[in-house]
This record gives sequence, structure tokens and C-alpha cells, in this order.
Amino acid sequence: MISVESWGRIGIYPHNIMHLTAPDQALSIVKNNHPGIAYGMGKSYGDACLNPGQLLWNTRGLDHFIHFDADNGRLTCEAGVLLRDIQQLFLPRGWCLPVTPGTQLITVGGAIANDVHGKNHHGFGSFCDQVLRIQLARTDGSIIECSRHSSPDMFAATAGGVGLTGVIITAELQLRHSPNLWLETETIPYYGLEEFFYLSDSSETEWEHTVSWIDCLSGTAAKGLFMRGRPARDYDKATQPRRSRNIPITPPLSLVNRLSLKPFNLTYYQLQKLRPVQRHEYYEDFLYPLDHLTNWNRLYGPKGFYQYQSVVPRDSGMATTQAMLDAIASSGEGSFLAVLKTFGQRQSIGMLGFPRPGVTLALDFPNNGDATKKLFERLDSIVRDAGGRIYLAKDARMSREMFEAGYPLLNEFTRYRDPGISSALSRRLMGS
Amino acid sequence: MRNIVIIGATSSIAEHCARLWTKQGDVTLTLVGRDAQRTERVAADLLIRSNYAEIRVVITDFLSPSSIKATADQIAQKGVIDIILIAHGSLPDQHDCEQDLNKAHSALEVNAISPVLFAEAFADHLAKANHGTLAMIGSVAGDRGRKSNYIYGAAKGLVTRYAQGLQHRFHNSGVRIILIKPGPTDTPMTSQIKAAGARLAPVDQVASDIVKGIESGKPVIYTPAIWQLIMSIIRHLPATIFNRLNI
Repeated sequence: MISVESWGRIGIYPHNIMHLTAPDQALSIVKNNHPGIAYGMGKSYGDACLNPGQLLWNTRGLDHFIHFDADNGRLTCEAGVLLRDIQQLFLPRGWCLPVTPGTQLITVGGAIANDVHGKNHHGFGSFCDQVLRIQLARTDGSIIECSRHSSPDMFAATAGGVGLTGVIITAELQLRHSPNLWLETETIPYYGLEEFFYLSDSSETEWEHTVSWIDCLSGTAAKGLFMRGRPARDYDKATQPRRSRNIPITPPLSLVNRLSLKPFNLTYYQLQKLRPVQRHEYYEDFLYPLDHLTNWNRLYGPKGFYQYQSVVPRDSGMATTQAMLDAIASSGEGSFLAVLKTFGQRQSIGMLGFPRPGVTLALDFPNNGDATKKLFERLDSIVRDAGGRIYLAKDARMSREMFEAGYPLLNEFTRYRDPGISSALSRRLMGS
Repeated sequence: MRNIVIIGATSSIAEHCARLWTKQGDVTLTLVGRDAQRTERVAADLLIRSNYAEIRVVITDFLSPSSIKATADQIAQKGVIDIILIAHGSLPDQHDCEQDLNKAHSALEVNAISPVLFAEAFADHLAKANHGTLAMIGSVAGDRGRKSNYIYGAAKGLVTRYAQGLQHRFHNSGVRIILIKPGPTDTPMTSQIKAAGARLAPVDQVASDIVKGIESGKPVIYTPAIWQLIMSIIRHLPATIFNRLNI
């Protein structure tokens, strides 16, 4: 048994681990050893990648490229390949992944299983929109190939299906022509949600990437920084690979706490304001800012942290978001990495996919036990009343009722589950 | 264009070395393996990573002296070789080897006899060209026999002695012989000891040390470097103390 934790570090649990090292070997391991759940980089914040006391199939050994067609940008690879490896290999050749989340240190399999999204959702949708084909190993020993055209229901169940429909072994991805490794970016301070929505809406046609940081302690006229970026034209500069820094140990207390949060937020805001509004940024610095800080999750101390990410429909988005910010402010709990972003019109293709038209708010909270949970229940009721949902990749605590309210296709999804696959999340939210 | 030959190309350490070599620029890679499907998988991956370098796959019997000889002759015929990396191996369970001589036999064949025969088969070609680097993957386990893995250790010890001999033979020539001694590395071969909680070095770090070490031409490379110090201490412990240790 080896101790494994997820990215939020809420709990550390013993697991049996079996390493999948080749597609044929993976099928026979999955067939002969279950129940289990696939585990890639362990970047899910909650319990989607955990199976305490039981089996994890580690997919990192499935890290081979299989085929690339340089005429049309179609890449077939194994599921343990990192998004970083795809980006670093293909960007210099003029191709890149259309959609990546805020970290590239995740596997292709994990990106599909959570149908991850990025700062360009309004133009490019979510990760599975670029997935052409998925190959699954099932615990009954069968291999299922699915796509939008063949077994489309299995495809829709697997996209965002948190690994429960089979172990993703290989996938075919549609890369796109990469415009430039450099982005031209702008950082614009805003006050209040009205300004935020105005900036978002007016940026969507001209700017590929939009996102904002919001100071969730700053009250009614919430202070924030709106960041937008697009491929730079006529700009190129040699770059040195940036040195990663590591948080080598876990501090005894969360460094993000009631005392530090206000100065943190203020400092961050002022520092960002000092930088020029318009800049050129290397794609890794703009798209994956925390990847250079290895183990940043340790900053939250030994008790770990929760991430709360919701999406609510756009119609009531402003009022709902304001109600959530008010609830946070009055709770005394606070979040440093608070991210507010509008989604475009594309609904996730996945039955349990998270992205849908609307506005998404992502918040990190140090684990302060009951106080934090109480705030989450308050936020849940606001999100549920607005017809929204919580992101499974981030969740470690929502109730079954909350889950069922947010994911109306759950009953259909259940039909495509592999009965030999189970995770802490699936037992918590689906009962098995 | 560098001409690189890898024996045991599906070994995780070898594969990560190959990935680094394809990054460095123009190479021709010859991948020698036992299992066609597994070796082709590695070749397809390297083909994409290298942006279509020339990659050849050779499948052969690793335990037959005549196949090993024929393979070496055939590869040498295709052109002057710059680097040969002999990387194959398997980590046997010591207890199994004690219980079953067949397992001990096969561990000694795969980890000692086969790599030595490959090296010997290529040695004449290197001598003729008076050019090239031959690198063999030994192990820190070959530095001193220990009760926890002495069959494997003995096999790697044989490789160590053999490499010393070759280094002597090729002293003052254009041929360099390098012995690599990795510590326990995170690869499929070590998944059993990993499951038991052992701390393992990341394979890409080990591969990077090997590629740099081959460039530097140092006769013996420990990777990670700390193992040079650790094994120096272990080699010098008097038997009266050493034999009491549970290692």
C-alpha cells in the first residue's frame, strides 16, 4: 500500500497501485485486477482520482505517441501523455492543442475524463471538443472505440465521465495551427461585476483568451483584474526555459489564512497594477502561470484546501455571483485564487461535462473544517437555486442532492458505467 | 548525423535516452528488441518525437550467441556506429531465485551473459572503425553482493568486470567504453519494489545523466551522482560490520 493524496491534500490514503505500461498489458491488468480507478498526475482537487484502501491504475507509463498526420494535425497518442509534452513538441512545428486548462501538467486521459476547459472557452469550447476518438479498456476484457460517429453515447459518457466508463488507453486529438508562441496581453482593473461582464462581452470577439482574478473580500463593488490575451502578430523573442521553483515542505499552518489574505490580495492587486497594461507574454507564462511553482498546493498547510468551482446560467449570472461573493465576505472565510470567467455558448459534449453557457467562479479555500463546509452549503444553495452545477474535478464534498440537481443526464450516464470501476467520488455521489 | 544503436530499446531508461538524443538533432537510431510489437511502439513514438528521424527496428533473440553475432554484423554493415547503448535487463526476485534455479539461471542470462555477448559482438566492429562509444548499463547492485539481491548483483558485477576488461583493451584508441551504474530507478522493472515503498530516482533524470555522461566520456557514471558516495561507503565497510546489516 502506498499513500496517495489528490491535489487538494484534504486526506492522504493508502492505495494499491498497479502501473499500466503498454496498451496490451493495460487491458490484461484492468481485466484481471479490479475494481479500481485510473490515476494520472493526481491533479484532481477532490476525490475523483482516489480509491482509499483499494486499487489505482497508474497511467503514466502509457506515454507514447502513436501517429501524427502533419497534413491535417491529427495526433493519436496514449492516455498518459502530458499536455505539456504535446505542446512542447508540436508548437515549434506549428501545431498546438486548441484547449488546455490552467496547468499543462496533466494527462490526456485526465483531460478527457474531466472535459477540462481553458481561458478560450468562448472560441474553442472544452477539451473534448478536440477529441476525435477514444479507446477504452473495460474490466470485462473488451476494448471499446468511440467517437461522435461510432458509439456516440459511450463517447458522450466518457467525455467528462471522471474515468467511470472504462480506462482511457489511447485518444485521437485534433490539433490546430499554432499562431505564435507569444501572446499580446492586457490586464485591466475593474470595479464591480457590471464592469466585469462588460469587459468580458466586449472582449470575446477580438480576444482569444479571457479570465479575471477577483478580490472576494472587497465587498459590493468587487475589485478585480481582467486579463485577456491573443496570439501576438509580428512578435518573436528567444526564450530561456524558465526555472521551476519548488515548495519543498508543507508549512505547519496554511500560509493563506485570515491574517494573510487581505495583504495578499492587496499586494497582488497593486503589483499587477504596476505592470504595463499591454504586454507580450510567453504562452506558458500566460496560460500556465502556476506550473513554474512546483507543489504550490503545499502552501495551504497540512490540512489542505478545497476548491469550489461552480457555473451558473448567464441570465441570472450577475446577481448569483454577487450573492456568492456576499456570502463569502460575510462568512469570514476567504479565497486568494479567486477566478471569475464567462463561458461561451458551447455546452460540454459530455453527459457529466462541466462547461455550459454561463459564468464560472473558482475559489480556493484553506480547509478550516466546519466553518468552510458551512460556507460551501450556503454557496451550494445559491448555485442550486440559480440552476448551476459544481465541477467534479474540483469537488471533494458536495452532497448527492446537489450533484443530481446539477447533472440532469446522470441517469443516462449510469448505463455506460463500467461496473468494475469505482472511485471515492463515484461512491460518494452515485452510491457505487 | 549520429548513428546510435540501442540494445534493449523497450527498456524505460533506454527509451528516455533515445528521446533525449532525438531532441539533440539529427540521429539515426537502430532499436534492437525482443518483442516486435513493443519495439515498434517505441519506434513509432520516437519517429514522431524526432520529427521523422531515420529509425530502424531489429528484432532478435537476446539469448542466442549466433543471433547476437548476426545482429551486430548486420547493424555494423549499415555504417559507422557512434554510440551503442546496451540497456536490457530484468530485476528478479532474490527469494524466487533461491527457490528455483531456473529463475536464477534466466536472471544471470538476461542481466550478465546477454549484455556481455552483445558488447563482445560489437567490439570487433568498433575496433575496426577505431571509433565509437559503447555504454553498458550496470548497476550499483554490482558493486558489492548483498543478501537482498545477490543474483542480480552478481550478474551486474560480471558486467562491471567485463567493462573493465574492455576499457583496458581499448585504452589509447578511438573507442570508449562507459559503464553506467544507476541506483534504483522509477521504471516498470522496479514497480514491485516501488509498491513496497522504495524511493526511486525519476527515469528522465537518470537518462539525462546517461546522455551527458556518454558525451563526457567518463569511464564510470553513477546516476543519480549521490550513489557514487553511497557505494564507496558500502564497498569499504569491513565484512564484520557489513554482514550484520540488513541490506
